[in-house]
Amino acid sequence: MWDRNQMAERAGRELQDGWYVNLGIGIPTLVANYIPEGVNVTLQSENGMLGMGPFPFEGEEDPDLINAGKQTITELPQTAYFDSAQSFAMIRGGKIAMAILGAMEVAENGDLANWMIPGKLIKGMGGAMDLVAGVGRVVVVMDHTSKHGESKVLRACTLPLTGKAVVNRIISNLGVLDVVPGGLKIVECAEGVTEAELRAATEGTIVD
Amino acid sequence: MKKIYPNAAAALDGLLFDGMLIASGGFGLCGIPELLIAGIRDAGTKNLTIASNNAGVDGFGLGQLLETRQVKKMISSYVGENAEFMRQYLSGELELEFNPQGTLAERLRAGGAGIPGFYTATGVGTVIADGKEHHDFNGKTYILETGIIADLAIVKAWKADPSGNLVFRKTARNFNPPAATSGKICVVEVEEIVPLGALDPDTIHLPGIYVHRIVQGQHEKRIENRTTRKKEA
Repeated sequence: MWDRNQMAERAGRELQDGWYVNLGIGIPTLVANYIPEGVNVTLQSENGMLGMGPFPFEGEEDPDLINAGKQTITELPQTAYFDSAQSFAMIRGGKIAMAILGAMEVAENGDLANWMIPGKLIKGMGGAMDLVAGVGRVVVVMDHTSKHGESKVLRACTLPLTGKAVVNRIISNLGVLDVVPGGLKIVECAEGVTEAELRAATEGTIVD
Repeated sequence: MKKIYPNAAAALDGLLFDGMLIASGGFGLCGIPELLIAGIRDAGTKNLTIASNNAGVDGFGLGQLLETRQVKKMISSYVGENAEFMRQYLSGELELEFNPQGTLAERLRAGGAGIPGFYTATGVGTVIADGKEHHDFNGKTYILETGIIADLAIVKAWKADPSGNLVFRKTARNFNPPAATSGKICVVEVEEIVPLGALDPDTIHLPGIYVHRIVQGQHEKRIENRTTRKKEA
């Protein structure tokens, strides 16, 4: 089974040289630590920045320089700033090659739910609905099952959707699955996970 | 016409009325018009609808207007940082219209640009699309979203010249330009007012045509989520 960092490392291998990429909050943020050698990607932060740098050194935080998770960050030599309308114009316009996002549930047809739990969690979708509707490829990084062992890779989502048929690939703690016509296709199993275990933890239809 | 006012109260004088729609710049606590928000709190204007990506935090930013119950409705994409917001929303005291972040930004931009509506794929197949006109273009489905024209826009910039030309700083730009353009009237607060000619005309982020009143002041610029790394020894 992969831990958070191993999932981020696996997601890092999705990146291709020259891509502009948006990383969501949580495990996707860690992917920035695992960009493969020789692969040059530019990270977009949807609050208005291309070329996101690492966290600042202590004492060098700038309140005017944050990422979409409201964390203090730094700029790089290639950094560009712009307003929110411009930021989502490049997202909606298909200029961002890939988004790596977290998920609460994913369905076998690529439906994604990651923004609210009715009656419990009301925070908002932020930029997630725009990202999944606009970017070239959507990769989801998530735990395969809930704390109670229930599958989060489902036949159909039970929570309100973030996007309909938008997910291309799922990277979970148990392995990698692609959304293909008819269901989900196993790409690989995580270290120490058998295909039978991956299938058992997946409610959605697996196709061969 | 003189655009520079001595303080937030003077800059807002005569512009506020109960039930108005205000568009505010800022993302989280970054680049929020903190002086003008405090000015609206002090003025006591009620039943406000506020279009702003976020709702501040408890006791700071737009959170102050929630505490004083001056807000009737928020139009936002993310409100997760505010316990008072959640309390008022769950008890039915506060209305909330969730807008996807890019849809909100474009609604403000469109409103300011004289575009009453636009089609977007964002939200298709979700609750956001409920009740909205659907239209197919080139085999793909889009929904109709409307532009926002605000009674008042409140924004924060880094520098202004006396004609209202604005320069923003780093990611504090965010929603400020689209919010500014959406306002029938736009009041801006800045850290510095520089003389005419001091800003390079090629580097102005928002031209003064969109800016009606300017106030300069001291900003707290609170950091919401301080993250750092250690210097290697």
